[in-house]
Amino acid sequence: MRDDDAPRPDADGIDRRGFLECMTWAGTGLLWSVAGGLPQAALMSSAAAATPAAKPFTFLQISDSHVGFSKPANPDALGTLKEAVARIKALPEKPAFVIHTGDISHLSRDEEFDDAEKLIQEAGLPVFYVPGEHDLLDEEPGKSYLRRFGGKARGAGWYSFDFGGVHYVGLVNVVNLQAGGLGNLGAEQLEWLAKDVAGLSSETPIVVFAHIPLWTVYPEWGWGTSDGAQALSMLRRFGSVTVLNGHIHQVMQKVEGNVAFHTARSTAFPQPAPGTAPSAGPMKVPAGELRKYLGIATVDFVRGDAPLAIVDRPLAG
Amino acid sequence: MTLSEAASAAVSRRGRHLAALAVVLAAVAGPVLPAAAAGPAATVTIANFTFEPAVLDVAVGTTVTWTNGDDIPHTVVETGKTFKSKPLDTDDSFSHTFESAGEFAYFCSLHPHMTGKVVVHAAD
Repeated sequence: MRDDDAPRPDADGIDRRGFLECMTWAGTGLLWSVAGGLPQAALMSSAAAATPAAKPFTFLQISDSHVGFSKPANPDALGTLKEAVARIKALPEKPAFVIHTGDISHLSRDEEFDDAEKLIQEAGLPVFYVPGEHDLLDEEPGKSYLRRFGGKARGAGWYSFDFGGVHYVGLVNVVNLQAGGLGNLGAEQLEWLAKDVAGLSSETPIVVFAHIPLWTVYPEWGWGTSDGAQALSMLRRFGSVTVLNGHIHQVMQKVEGNVAFHTARSTAFPQPAPGTAPSAGPMKVPAGELRKYLGIATVDFVRGDAPLAIVDRPLAG
Repeated sequence: MTLSEAASAAVSRRGRHLAALAVVLAAVAGPVLPAAAAGPAATVTIANFTFEPAVLDVAVGTTVTWTNGDDIPHTVVETGKTFKSKPLDTDDSFSHTFESAGEFAYFCSLHPHMTGKVVVHAAD
């Protein structure tokens, strides 16, 4: 961003310890900006105005594309993903990269992966994927996903990378799920994570992303990760930890100490709030309102003198 | 040489073998197809992320068919992996014939909080 475009940061702006954030839904994804090493606020439709400070950058999260889904809740999941990508392309400030938190496809079919990948590539940005359980439904679970999106990932597809002073960790918690259980990381991945962050300074901001929420949202619907707490305990010493998930097709947030948890909406179909329906199945909303549930509704963290305020702000309807 | 010409050439050369193969295939296919439908049958419906009935009591030899009524795929996986369905999309079915007595706990590998059990007892 050019300096002449940038608003001046508030007195208690981004240099403040801890992180301040403001994320917004625009049907598509969360737009994150990171400045001074701290994940930050941005309203997707006015990213330029919300991006302060020197050398900031933004990244974007999309989730749960479910390409191939065609049931009444959204007969055209590819179409709504296309709308999401169009919004990403229209951003005034180009994000550095995109994180996709899984369920790229609905049934792990080749044509679903092909369609999704081709469409998301049109955004013209690097994309970092982690798989959802719907991406591991091929004959040899995960083979197709890893061939396409695995890159240099380890095991079932976990990896880490650094960008802009932030350490990013992509985890896989959708493999080898046990009867009656929740999402699962497994001993091998936890061991890798411990080593991965061992050499990092506690000042390093951490962004962790995985498909199923790493914290327990609603165990009755399987919305949690059985060994998520073990992973989080390895991150406790870090000053700023941001955990980004998908899977539940709605925005949910929690801050616990230095850890901020967020889930993203789907680009395909909404799911009900915990316990408000007989099951977590696709939620059919009144005609014409689908896009409101797919992310036109926004959630912003608004910076001010007081701690962060959260405002639910639909962009339409 | 066209495909059909090639085929007839092959037939003339290997007619006897093909005929023999056809007999073998008929012998195999004959008993297999009716077998699934021959014994007792029972059904489990998958709806609202639940197996219904959650516990099913059947006699040895019963073929159980699970049908997915949800708008989201599910699987049927026995916890000991003695049987495992492919992902069942809406209205897809999976059948398994229980040849021995015992308790068979199963779950959906996509939504592992979904569990069920088939109790198989000796035939009367």
